[in-house]
Amino acid sequence: MRLEARELVKAYGTMRALDGASFATGDQQRVVALLGPSGGGKSTLLRVLGCLLVADAGAVSVDGKELPHDEAGALMARRGNGFVFQGYNLFPHLSALENVALPLRVVHGWTAAEAEQRAREMLGRLGLSEHVAKRPAEMSGGQQQRAAIARALAPKPGLLLLDEPTSALDPVMTGEVLDVIRELAEGGQQIVLATHEVAFARKVADWVVFLAAGKVVESRPAEDFFATPESAMAREYLSELGRYR
Amino acid sequence: METKPGSDPNAITLRTVGWAALIVCVLGLALWTVFPDTYRWHWAAFWDSQSLFWRGWRLMIGISLVAMVLSVLMGFGLMMGGRAPLEPLRVASRGYVTLMRGTPLLVVLLLGYYGVVSPLQLGSALVAGTVLLAMFEAAYLAEIFRGALESVSASQREAARAVGFNRFQMYRYVLVPQAVRRALPGVAGELVSLVKSSSLLSVLGIEEVTQVTKLINARNYSALEGYIPLALAYLAVTLPLTWWAMRMERRFAYET
Repeated sequence: MRLEARELVKAYGTMRALDGASFATGDQQRVVALLGPSGGGKSTLLRVLGCLLVADAGAVSVDGKELPHDEAGALMARRGNGFVFQGYNLFPHLSALENVALPLRVVHGWTAAEAEQRAREMLGRLGLSEHVAKRPAEMSGGQQQRAAIARALAPKPGLLLLDEPTSALDPVMTGEVLDVIRELAEGGQQIVLATHEVAFARKVADWVVFLAAGKVVESRPAEDFFATPESAMAREYLSELGRYR
Repeated sequence: METKPGSDPNAITLRTVGWAALIVCVLGLALWTVFPDTYRWHWAAFWDSQSLFWRGWRLMIGISLVAMVLSVLMGFGLMMGGRAPLEPLRVASRGYVTLMRGTPLLVVLLLGYYGVVSPLQLGSALVAGTVLLAMFEAAYLAEIFRGALESVSASQREAARAVGFNRFQMYRYVLVPQAVRRALPGVAGELVSLVKSSSLLSVLGIEEVTQVTKLINARNYSALEGYIPLALAYLAVTLPLTWWAMRMERRFAYET
């Protein structure tokens, strides 16, 4: 994919989460990592790219197609995307199976049998075959996050958007989830990933967009970015995060 | 939150029943020792009027059931109206809730019936009283529903949007099912209150059980012979209601 943003602005009240962010990735990038300090605008940019939020000003395009500026258009567009959040955000009143199958039925128009089969298949692929009947509270954090990934992948999204998917997990569970994401990337899934897992981003990302204070500081091929970060801010960020790993 | 068997503070155990029995005995004994022995009981006269009493009791249950259904529907409508994108609808719904909650039911009944329904010949006292009772309780239910809905976290709304639900689907599949369980204790309390409040319909001359009891007492120069069965008649409705609500709560229980 190719992502492009021009002068993006998104404000929450007086707080400008995105403050004139512009960048363009190269063509055919499979995994784009959004890096940068907390509060820098990673999550907001990810939501705008996935049409979960509509920017106040500016334009975004994915593969040359400009994203809609209205809520109705954004709804249609985001039905083609899959999202995974930091806090899993499964529906607590539904079993893992229903969490995956319900959107397939009511959003994507699958029959009940097709949806259930697909949900079982996806949960199985993520190693959750024995947990399909469990509600989120009965699963570990890592299992919940894998169920959330199954839910996001089940409708075969063009773009999978992951917002700090491992920040709420302990190291073992983080490993579980990162393995899954790496397999997906290697299988050809297009991914946009906001993360603090720099070592992981280094392994899987093709392109890095480094944000701070609502602006894009660097946007370069991942290899170049990690080898020779141009800005002092990125150099400092990488060395800070690398200190204990 | 983990619940171990036996640690649920709401569970009714043999020990609970034992304590309750002891407390009732002590209070009963205390009441018996101070009760004036000059009171002359006339149970026979009340017994002779029991068919009238039962008719009033059945009417009270009928009024309560109809008003419960109406008030839940109206309460939900008011809550959704208060969140509607259309501003006049929002103002009307919230204004209604605020005014209704600030007015005594007695005044609502008298003003509604003698001020509106009766002069415009909109319906009988029975219909008017039932609808007014439902309208009154709906305002409280709307607030309970609102609180329950707003307590569902913002991340659940975002997750609903992220899987592609539209506004209706978000309410239908994510927000309302989670809000129902949170609303249950409050709603149960409000419905119990509705049953008791139906006694005020006696001011419109409706012969529900409280009005009937007053009539029987007046006819027989009795007091407690009517009011003790009256209290039991209400408890016979409100206790099962409370118990049912507790069961529902457990059925909808899931950890978040």
